[in-house]
Amino acid sequence: MINLETPKKFEFLVGQAHQVATEIFRTNSRKYDADEHSYPKELDMLAAVIDGMNEGGALSGAGAGGVGESNGSSKQKSRDGNRNGSNIASLLGLIELCWGDVGLALTMPRQGLGQAAIAAVANEEQLGRFGGKWAAMAITEPEAGSDSAAIRTTATFDEETGEYVLNGEKIFVTAGDRAQLIVVWATLDRKQGRAAIKSFVVERDNPGLILERLEHKLGIRASDTADFRLENCRIPKENLLGSPEIEPKRGFAGVMQTFDNTRPLVAGMAIGVARACLERTRELLSEAGVEIDYDLPPHAQVAAASEFIAMESDWEAARLLTMQAAWMADNKKPNSLQASMAKAKAGRTATDIALRCVALCGSIGYGEGELLEKWARDVKILDLFEGTQQIQQLIVARQLLGKTSAELK
Amino acid sequence: MAVGLRALNRLASNGLIDRFGLRDPAQRVLHGASKATVRTATRAGRTFAATQKLSKPARQPRTGRTDLFDLTPDDEQQLLRESVRDFALAKLRPAAQAADEACATPDELLGQANELGLTMVGVPEELGGAVAERSAVTTVLMAEALAQGDMGIAVACLAPAGVSTALSLWGDADQQATYLPEFVGENVPAAALAIVEPRPLFNPLSLETRARRVGGEFVLDGVKSLVPRAADAELFIVAAELEGEGPALFIVESGGAGLGIEPEPAMGIRAAATGTLIIEDVKLPAGALLGDPGCELMAECVQLGRLGWCAVAVGTGQAVLDYVIPYVNERKAFGEPISSRQAVAFTVANIAIELDGMRLATYRAASRVDQGAPFAREVSLARRLCSERGMAIGSDGVQLLGGHGYTKEHPVERWYRDLRAAGVMEGALVV
Repeated sequence: MINLETPKKFEFLVGQAHQVATEIFRTNSRKYDADEHSYPKELDMLAAVIDGMNEGGALSGAGAGGVGESNGSSKQKSRDGNRNGSNIASLLGLIELCWGDVGLALTMPRQGLGQAAIAAVANEEQLGRFGGKWAAMAITEPEAGSDSAAIRTTATFDEETGEYVLNGEKIFVTAGDRAQLIVVWATLDRKQGRAAIKSFVVERDNPGLILERLEHKLGIRASDTADFRLENCRIPKENLLGSPEIEPKRGFAGVMQTFDNTRPLVAGMAIGVARACLERTRELLSEAGVEIDYDLPPHAQVAAASEFIAMESDWEAARLLTMQAAWMADNKKPNSLQASMAKAKAGRTATDIALRCVALCGSIGYGEGELLEKWARDVKILDLFEGTQQIQQLIVARQLLGKTSAELK
Repeated sequence: MAVGLRALNRLASNGLIDRFGLRDPAQRVLHGASKATVRTATRAGRTFAATQKLSKPARQPRTGRTDLFDLTPDDEQQLLRESVRDFALAKLRPAAQAADEACATPDELLGQANELGLTMVGVPEELGGAVAERSAVTTVLMAEALAQGDMGIAVACLAPAGVSTALSLWGDADQQATYLPEFVGENVPAAALAIVEPRPLFNPLSLETRARRVGGEFVLDGVKSLVPRAADAELFIVAAELEGEGPALFIVESGGAGLGIEPEPAMGIRAAATGTLIIEDVKLPAGALLGDPGCELMAECVQLGRLGWCAVAVGTGQAVLDYVIPYVNERKAFGEPISSRQAVAFTVANIAIELDGMRLATYRAASRVDQGAPFAREVSLARRLCSERGMAIGSDGVQLLGGHGYTKEHPVERWYRDLRAAGVMEGALVV
């Protein structure tokens, strides 16, 4: 039965996430934007609180760790087999947190996207060792961004010690300096292309993992972005996620599937930031005497109100596309197309909304007295990482047109 | 410069057309144009009379809501959607171009469409309706599927359903007993809601069509624009400002004194045979007032109408997407399919993305109607998306076919014209 409302059963989770966003994120937003690279220690306290929350309670689902496999609890299922599970829960929690501050949400202890990769491909033993830890994701290299199949970091198996030896350079590792684990993509054999790319778990304190620098950025300055050098970085062979065999048929596809679960989350971040922009702009417009009338045609109300509804309508489309993608993941429907559609729409829409809100609010919007200018800087990353706007469009287009990556470059 | 042009124009109008033997064709065109605007009386329709007496009006109950987010239509909805879509693609699409040119939908198609039960979905079961509970979602799904065949014909088919739904929602016992049996029978009357008025910046909550109480009756004056199937309609629901009481809806039977019709073909949805309804000093009985006057009911009517227009825009957008995909894959330029170029491929991707956003926003608004939740905001957002993004899809559809898209060899030029209606039209497709 068609219903696109947010389920009541998630109200508690959303409420808790909203409290955290209001009380902790918003109050520290400006501080860590100004003081880039300083560790937001307030979050440690928060992490302790989250750890203390019982299962099913709220923020356990607010990060990326919970996506992927729904936990199969029969309580989540309705009679007709419809399921609203951890993907929707994680999405809703994250929207609230990013309404508070997307930079701080990205650097929440133990909520990095690396956990999504671990959850997607780890075996039981690995889940036992790595589950619940703070895991960052290291994919991008100086010469390989969107083109992640072209990575050059190598993993060589050392028969004598039973270890993999990693060599290469990784950039743009979100929370890389703060995480306990880094999930590193590396190739077992560059000649064999995508199929040889595997993910390896590297402990942050591994001496072969050398921090080169932390990036200075346009926004999300509360979240550190690390560049690493891997120099004869040795890890036990048990730290390879998934199968060590090079299987031309699957391999890379398996790694890429992680994105089907994480892209809706990044879309959710965009939706959270954009909602913050819309809400604050509406308050400021209201103070300026502009009221929104949803029944009036666009041409029959003041331009600012009309523009607001236009922004809100695109926001609604982005939000529903994202809910659709998460809902499909919860119901084990293939959602690669919908995940990329959601990410594309949310990334561009949120950026557009944030920048227009700044303009609507004039110097108040542009100045540091409000958070609008910060949100407009923060939001841009969401149209870039986890696949840029153009990569999402490529994925969508290839699926619709039935084209391979060789046929549509 | 302007003076010169004016002189040239005078010369052309006096001498040149005679010298080239063009006088006759020009006159024929002028004659045709004036003939097309000749006013006719509204159709002398059937007599609507109550066959049974109702003690109180019947209403479909709300569906209530499931707590879970769900995009799967129920079995009945899936069945209806599929059968309507099959019908639309098999029957409407092949007839679309001719209907567009003729500014009329063939009676045979209208009859077949009635067999789908379009006018019965919004009618309570005790009055012969087809669906137990209030289901704007079901109507939206059927309208979307129908428009996948052709938007203009879909509007022609759906216009009577808008009237039967309005009568079901707001009619009193007498009104329901008088009119609804005709809409659940074999011979469904042509009927339409008439909301739009011909002026820039039209706002449906601020009407210039006037109604006054005279004795126990009403007198109406005004002009209604782009009324679907105006010439054939046997029943109208007309929106008018009731003096001192606010906007109101009136049931107007065709054939009465003071009612006139002028053909009003437009840029698109031409198969819907749109016309102007002219209302001059039309006297209506006390029982003609539908529902309570005031902005509340009028706003609801407008919102439900916009939802219907959203639904047909979504269906038309889907038709565009389904048409351009094989075209850009087959059309070759520079030695390869044009879809191998990102500029083309990304346009297709964006059509799909925006279309899905339009669809989800429309479904959400419709499901809130069924649940009895407030839906003004959700309808407004869906309306804006379907109006603006829908129009962009129509434009992209033509663009992807290049010059070929501009010709009548392909339906994309029609969809370009049709999709603009989603932001202009009001009422008519109440769901």
